[in-house]
Amino acid sequence: MNILVYFIPIALFLGGMGLLAFLWSLKSGQYEDMDGAAWRAIDDDDDRPPV
Amino acid sequence: MTVCCAPGTEGAVELDRLRHALPSTEELILSSRTIQPGLRQTDLGVPGVYCGACISTIEKALHAFAEVERARVNLSTKRVSIVWKEQVDGRVTDPVDLVRTIVNATGYDAHLFTMADDAGDKLQRDLIRAVAVSGFAATNIMLLSVSVWSGADASTRDLFHWISAMIAAPALVYAGRFFYQSAWNAIRHGRTNMDVPIALAITLSYVVSLWETMHHGDHAWFDATVTLLFFLLIGRTLDHVMRDRARAAISGLARLSPRGAMVMLEDGGREYRPVEDIRPGDRLMIAAGERIPVDGEVESGRSDLDLSIVNGESAPVGVGPGGAVQGGTLNLTGSMVVRATAAARDSFLAEVILLMEAAEGGRARYRRIADRAAQLYSPAVHLLALIAFFSWGIFGGDWKQAMLVAVAVLIITCPCALGLAVPVVQVVAAGRLFRNGVMVKDGSAMERLAEIDTVLFDKTGTLTLGRPRLINAQEVKPAYFEIAGGLAVHSRHPLSQALHGSVPGAVTMFSGVSELPGQGLEARTEEGVYRLGNRVFACGSAAETGTASEVVLSLDEKELACFRFEDAIRPDAQNAVAALSDAEFATGILSGDRAPVVEALARRLDVALWRAELSPRDKVDAVEELGRNRNRVLMVGDGINDAPALAAAHVSIAPATAADVGRQAADFVFMHDSLNAVPLAIEVSKRAGRLIRQNFALAIGYNVFAVPIALAGYATPLIAAVAMSTSSIIVVANALRLNSMARTEIGLAPMGQAHTVPAEAKLA
Repeated sequence: MNILVYFIPIALFLGGMGLLAFLWSLKSGQYEDMDGAAWRAIDDDDDRPPV
Repeated sequence: MTVCCAPGTEGAVELDRLRHALPSTEELILSSRTIQPGLRQTDLGVPGVYCGACISTIEKALHAFAEVERARVNLSTKRVSIVWKEQVDGRVTDPVDLVRTIVNATGYDAHLFTMADDAGDKLQRDLIRAVAVSGFAATNIMLLSVSVWSGADASTRDLFHWISAMIAAPALVYAGRFFYQSAWNAIRHGRTNMDVPIALAITLSYVVSLWETMHHGDHAWFDATVTLLFFLLIGRTLDHVMRDRARAAISGLARLSPRGAMVMLEDGGREYRPVEDIRPGDRLMIAAGERIPVDGEVESGRSDLDLSIVNGESAPVGVGPGGAVQGGTLNLTGSMVVRATAAARDSFLAEVILLMEAAEGGRARYRRIADRAAQLYSPAVHLLALIAFFSWGIFGGDWKQAMLVAVAVLIITCPCALGLAVPVVQVVAAGRLFRNGVMVKDGSAMERLAEIDTVLFDKTGTLTLGRPRLINAQEVKPAYFEIAGGLAVHSRHPLSQALHGSVPGAVTMFSGVSELPGQGLEARTEEGVYRLGNRVFACGSAAETGTASEVVLSLDEKELACFRFEDAIRPDAQNAVAALSDAEFATGILSGDRAPVVEALARRLDVALWRAELSPRDKVDAVEELGRNRNRVLMVGDGINDAPALAAAHVSIAPATAADVGRQAADFVFMHDSLNAVPLAIEVSKRAGRLIRQNFALAIGYNVFAVPIALAGYATPLIAAVAMSTSSIIVVANALRLNSMARTEIGLAPMGQAHTVPAEAKLA
């Protein structure tokens, strides 16, 4: 059972990373235009954002 | 690209080009904001964008400008935000060029809109963050709990309980704050709402679980506490997302009141001033196609005014020097100098807003279904928990066990299903209406719409489109038709535009056509002088005065043809009114237009109850009188003069072409031309109401089974978790039935299809 000492922190850390990634994506405005993002994904042009 | 988007135009708001001319340079600069020295940002509404091709066309067209720093289209909110340099190589940028580029590239209108406040947006972000945090906490605690349930004991169980407690505590504070704040507000005002039992249940269950953990107890409720919070936050967030989407769509529409006007200064100079800074006595330049910002008096110039949005009068009215003009009217044909007689805050529009604020009240008094349910539910639940506590304590003698039972009762009865029952149904219903071009401002609007028994319509702009239509095209010789069309193309007068638009073939080309504002058009040719306009102008002063809605073509004052117009009835107005009568709603027309016009329309639509020549005050009185007779009134209207009545009615609907103040007052806004949006909104709201009641019944039925188990002391955390999740899933599944019901919809479906963009068209 001593293995739990490692596994639980690892599980929580990975979960926390997922949470942070979501909060970051929310903050950086990735959910602001869901319809537009769906279209941009299949746009044939080069996919780099304009400079 | 334009071809790709063409099917979308049917679905897009049919924006009248005349009404939404390009904003002026001054207006654009006034509404843009500086983000860095030399860089400005302008946000434009583009209601026509529908597909990915529109995005790239607009962005490419804008990036071709050296002045544009960056441009991005937001398809969800139908907006373009452009960041542009104030000057490039010493040349000052004219932002109108950018707007014109969008219009030329796509064929769609681009216009300014009122920036909505960001408060709602911020709350929505906070809620989504809270959902994420509580979701993270719930899954982790649930993993630990599953281990406990499957047999972890002694020190391992204690360890898991402690970890759970440490994960739950910050989640409870961070994600639970919405419920604590709301519950505290309710209690402070001596009321109770759904959030009071929620706040109490999550706090008590946490405290008891912590106490159990400290004393090496078997059962901890951390998983139930956080899962409950997670589910409830989902309901709350959905409610917000729905409102936010409608708000974004509505605020993206064109603004119909001007932001400023060109003021002529004493020294002969000109200055563009915001509306609030215009003082009585200022002389304003009003060009053709502009709206008059404040009440005033014409000093020089002649023109025709479109009053439809102000007082419901359908025919344009001519004005000349000395004539009084009202703020909000649209100047159609000639440019004028108007002397302001009132500041913006004393103008007609401001009076209407005052009237509107006075009329509001019925709506503010309305209590949401969920709150009404909570009023009965929460005292019952609290009483039950209290009884359980005392009876187990007194008869069992074990107060610790009594406390555990009481907490189990609170958790089992906690309105998890109830908290989801209303928002999920309303979000599904709003999504369905959204796809048919009807925006719902908030959930309570749907609850109120389900209760109505009377529907009142405004005439101009609501039952009709406020756009003239030629009715005697067959009676006119094609040759004269071509001549009239060739003349009419030179004018922005709505009758001319309608005439030009209905010429079947090519039109005769004229050079040197002059427009005489308030009278008509004139062309001098080899055959003689052609005139197109009102009867007196075309046939000389000898002719008797004709009605306003006819246009006469003459050659050397001899009549060649007479074109008669009527205000085009909104598509499906007849069907919609008939559908409402069939559903046994009382229908009526309240109009500011002249009696004969209103009577003719009422007869055509088979509406018995109609009243004409009403002032905004009269409309409110009519609505309030019905309200006093215990009728619940739905008001459908678009004009500035309708706004107070829209606010006074139990619930209200406005078309997207309505005046800003009308759109703000209305609970629903429909984007398409078809009036079938009204019966559709009523139908969907009624179904949503039925589903909400079913969901309540399901939630109560679940409690009837689950509460005895809790009271008997058999509810372990495992049972609570299973019961809670099942009831929530059942409620959500029931709400989703609204979508499948919609698919089998009979009668209402054909009209929806005609005006929405078919999926194939979008992909074509």
